[in-house]
Amino acid sequence: MTAAAITPARKGSGFWGAFARNKGAVIGLVFLALVVLMAVFADLLYPASPWDMTAMPFQPPLSEDALLGSDTLGRDIASGIAHGARVSLLIGLTSTAVAVLIGVFLGAVSGFYGGRVDDLVMRFTELFQTIPNFVLAVVLVAIFTPSLTSIVLAIAIVSWPPLARLARGEFMSLRSREFVHAAVTTGQSNLTIIWRQILPNSLSPIIVSASLMVATAILLESSLSFLGLGDPNLMSWGYMVGAARTVIRQAWWMSFFPGIAILLTVLALNLVGEGLNDALNPKLARKGRS
Amino acid sequence: MPRIALFISQRLVKAVFVVLAIAVFNFFLVHAAPGDPAAVMAGEAGAADAQFVEQLRQQFGLDRPLYEQLGTYMSKVVQADLGYSYRQQRPVFDLLMDRLPVTLSLTLTAFVLALLGGVALGTLAAMRAGTWSDTAITVVGLTAYATPIFWIGLMLILLFSVNLGWLPAFGTETIGAGYTGWDAFLDKAKHLVLPVTTLGLFYMAVYTRLTRASILEVRDMDFVKTARAKGLPEWRIVSVHILRNAILPVITVAGFQAGHLIGGSILIETVFALPGIGRLAFEAVLQRDYQVLLGIFLLTSVVVVIFNLLTDLIYSLVDPRIEVAP
Repeated sequence: MTAAAITPARKGSGFWGAFARNKGAVIGLVFLALVVLMAVFADLLYPASPWDMTAMPFQPPLSEDALLGSDTLGRDIASGIAHGARVSLLIGLTSTAVAVLIGVFLGAVSGFYGGRVDDLVMRFTELFQTIPNFVLAVVLVAIFTPSLTSIVLAIAIVSWPPLARLARGEFMSLRSREFVHAAVTTGQSNLTIIWRQILPNSLSPIIVSASLMVATAILLESSLSFLGLGDPNLMSWGYMVGAARTVIRQAWWMSFFPGIAILLTVLALNLVGEGLNDALNPKLARKGRS
Repeated sequence: MPRIALFISQRLVKAVFVVLAIAVFNFFLVHAAPGDPAAVMAGEAGAADAQFVEQLRQQFGLDRPLYEQLGTYMSKVVQADLGYSYRQQRPVFDLLMDRLPVTLSLTLTAFVLALLGGVALGTLAAMRAGTWSDTAITVVGLTAYATPIFWIGLMLILLFSVNLGWLPAFGTETIGAGYTGWDAFLDKAKHLVLPVTTLGLFYMAVYTRLTRASILEVRDMDFVKTARAKGLPEWRIVSVHILRNAILPVITVAGFQAGHLIGGSILIETVFALPGIGRLAFEAVLQRDYQVLLGIFLLTSVVVVIFNLLTDLIYSLVDPRIEVAP
């Protein structure tokens, strides 16, 4: 925990106050905003396709036509990073969204109904937690041929189990609360209770885990494309590092800068996740005191 | 003891179930893959005329109903027959067994080092919570946690073998050096330093975080105050009273992460050109050698299951109160 999280200062209340008290989270959020801007305006910053040869091959950083150097085929590294931000963010967000859908659905059903259903769903979840998840992602993407869809689905399929467990726990504890009993007494259907009563109340821990999961998903995507399992039509950071791997002795910059881009983005997401945790789960945040 | 025996046997049954489930999953993956398996196999064998495809279909029973094929497949898996790789002209099982030792030595060393280092650093950070050493450990951990491991590997190669020339970057031994005995061992160990560090760093960060959080929960509990009031030396309080209680959640997560470590070895072996299962997976991806990929998936799952059994065993030894966990 950072120093900001320790002091139970009263100044600044509400969500933003609590979030802003965590300095790391604010820095992370600012950096993330920059990455999003870079992704949105990639076409304006670097109008040429990142696959096009725009400079002499093997140009070191700070050379005239390539700020961060050029790669083995004369492609601009900086342009690759700007365009690669799109892929990383897109895959990170969509695969997390899919994982949240699967995880929360299974967790909600499991926690709400309990008994046999719970047993069954939890065995299934455990099975997926035991499977070496990166190996599964590699197998899935390789067999269903690399594309945006197959990558997103593969990452979602290996990422949902922790969310299912989390949602199950929340649903189990909220299930026995008075407001849920009241809803049962007033004759609301199970679906309404799950959707309208319990889900909104279990949202904050789910949001926190989801924000951290985006970071993991970006790491997974970069690892897949590093192995050559990225979408062949999209420039991505992992692909850039993978393609430059064999020339590391001659040209450090080709793998250095894309790697830094991954590192900083993932770090920023983790910091934002922690800030969200402080802001949304004040009880949990206080637990990690001093 | 009988309680532990019961616990372990329950876990064993579960492990067998998991492996069988993964085998079934594998079977359906092959059938869900785009393209007719017989045509794919014919393509891999280098010939694809209709007659040959038909012959393959009969030979491998692909003309039979699905449940019958599943039965045949499962009985083969039980006998450790994982199919044949036409690309490499060898049974998949033999290929895997050739490559397993390298991967196991890499992942096990990395795991043990990461766990020891993580617990030590986490304890240090927690016992000095709020000081600069705590902050330093937390910041380094946070960074290691956010770095793609294949990139750490490349950067370590850049620093330690390209620039400083201290350590070898590729392979498992110096080819043609003809070392024997102790020298050969040292040479092999040297080749493992960078891969193990790379793989271990990320998990060390994970275990550090966990240990720190876990110790912060435990260190103010009544029994710790009692131990302190009795005047026990600080190292005894930390190692016996606090750590023994705080380490349980760390072991649980460490067991769960065995699978991640094996996955990580695909990346590490690719970066460092180590001839292990991971490198085999990378080659199989390049060649679209599905039989080998699925074999790797099954084998790594078996390794993870065995690993989980071992952590359960350790868990039951560390925590004498162990009940049969849900």
